[in-house]
Amino acid sequence: MTIAVAMKVNGKAVSGQVEARTLLVQFLRENLRLTGTHVGCDTSQCGACVVHINGKAVKSCTTLAAQADGTEVTTIEGLARDGKLHPMQEAFREHHALQCGFCTPGMVMSAIDMLRRIPRPDEATIRHELEGNICRCTGYHNIVKAIQAAAKVMGG
Amino acid sequence: MYNFNYHRAGSVDEAVALMAKASDGRFLAGGHSLLPTMKQRLAQPTDLIDIGRIAALNGVKTESNAVVVGAATPHAEVNASAKAIPALMALAAKIGDPHVRHRGTIGGSIANSDPAADYPAALVGLGATVKTNKRTIAADDFFKGLFETALSDGEMVVSVSFPKPEAAAYMKFPQPASRFALVGVFVARTSGGVRVAVTGAGPSVFRVKAMEDALKAKFTPDAIKGITVPAKGLNSDIHGSAEYRAHLVNVMARRAVAAAA
Repeated sequence: MTIAVAMKVNGKAVSGQVEARTLLVQFLRENLRLTGTHVGCDTSQCGACVVHINGKAVKSCTTLAAQADGTEVTTIEGLARDGKLHPMQEAFREHHALQCGFCTPGMVMSAIDMLRRIPRPDEATIRHELEGNICRCTGYHNIVKAIQAAAKVMGG
Repeated sequence: MYNFNYHRAGSVDEAVALMAKASDGRFLAGGHSLLPTMKQRLAQPTDLIDIGRIAALNGVKTESNAVVVGAATPHAEVNASAKAIPALMALAAKIGDPHVRHRGTIGGSIANSDPAADYPAALVGLGATVKTNKRTIAADDFFKGLFETALSDGEMVVSVSFPKPEAAAYMKFPQPASRFALVGVFVARTSGGVRVAVTGAGPSVFRVKAMEDALKAKFTPDAIKGITVPAKGLNSDIHGSAEYRAHLVNVMARRAVAAAA
């Protein structure tokens, strides 16, 4: 069975005809060629695929494209404005919050969602909140520093 | 994941009618148990009936004596809204991770009856009632065993009603990678007595009568210090032996009593 899906991705209306089993991450990467969202584990563990649906962080490897039909999706490509990085991206760059970079898109999307819910998290809270994102380089230390710095800039 | 037919239902009646027409259908809410199972080809339904957007299934209602949670309510929403039962709020915050809690639902969790899921402990611990499209089922009668419930073919969970306890707490020893309960114990003191429900340890959630009786007489951690559950029949895997789980049941139960008292 194929189905029609239509949604807003990074502010732009998109649509497509996909197999019912198409995951949101496949739709983003393969149909829309938005390859910033990564597939790490494909088993809901690692968080490399985190995007926002209607402003909330979700694992796009465990969500059908059909379930995102009619929603607003934001991916890592949708954060920068007019060539200017989002404050969270800027903080990740400033604090060198990445080693190989594979987990980074999911980390950034999760971190923005974290600050939406908890504007000024302390270090322990940040580490706990990152339980759904795995960095195989184990580069958590600078990621935590970046999120703390972004929280200040973002005015929480 | 094999392909399937996808249907989005606008109401409970429509969902049940779509299910009746499917040769091997499954209800889809958040999909956080079902989709991983389908990816592993442990389930291959012909049809998925998406109930995630049915308004009547979404939300937390506080009544005078109970908190009623719609089947398709995500864990994050229970964590935010079940204020009348703080132990239930706290339990919802311990499921999975933040992203999982935005999608995974209470109905999906209990219909799956995973032996290590958290919600079964809350349902049995608080003496909840499960409402389906056909009937109401007491939590004590709902969970039948490993991935097995009292739900019949095509029957759908609509909501869960949790009576407000006098005091309650849930303590979980999480498996560090998955956050599922290696052992989780929900203890509640209610007007009708004390309930102690254990998840993670056995094939399905179970109560510990000896602890309930001792706690009814005296609601302190010391009251159950010497009460253990037999290791025979408990789960045993690379994360912990049956003996270890049996030991944890007592430790988590005492911590839950201390937190609730």
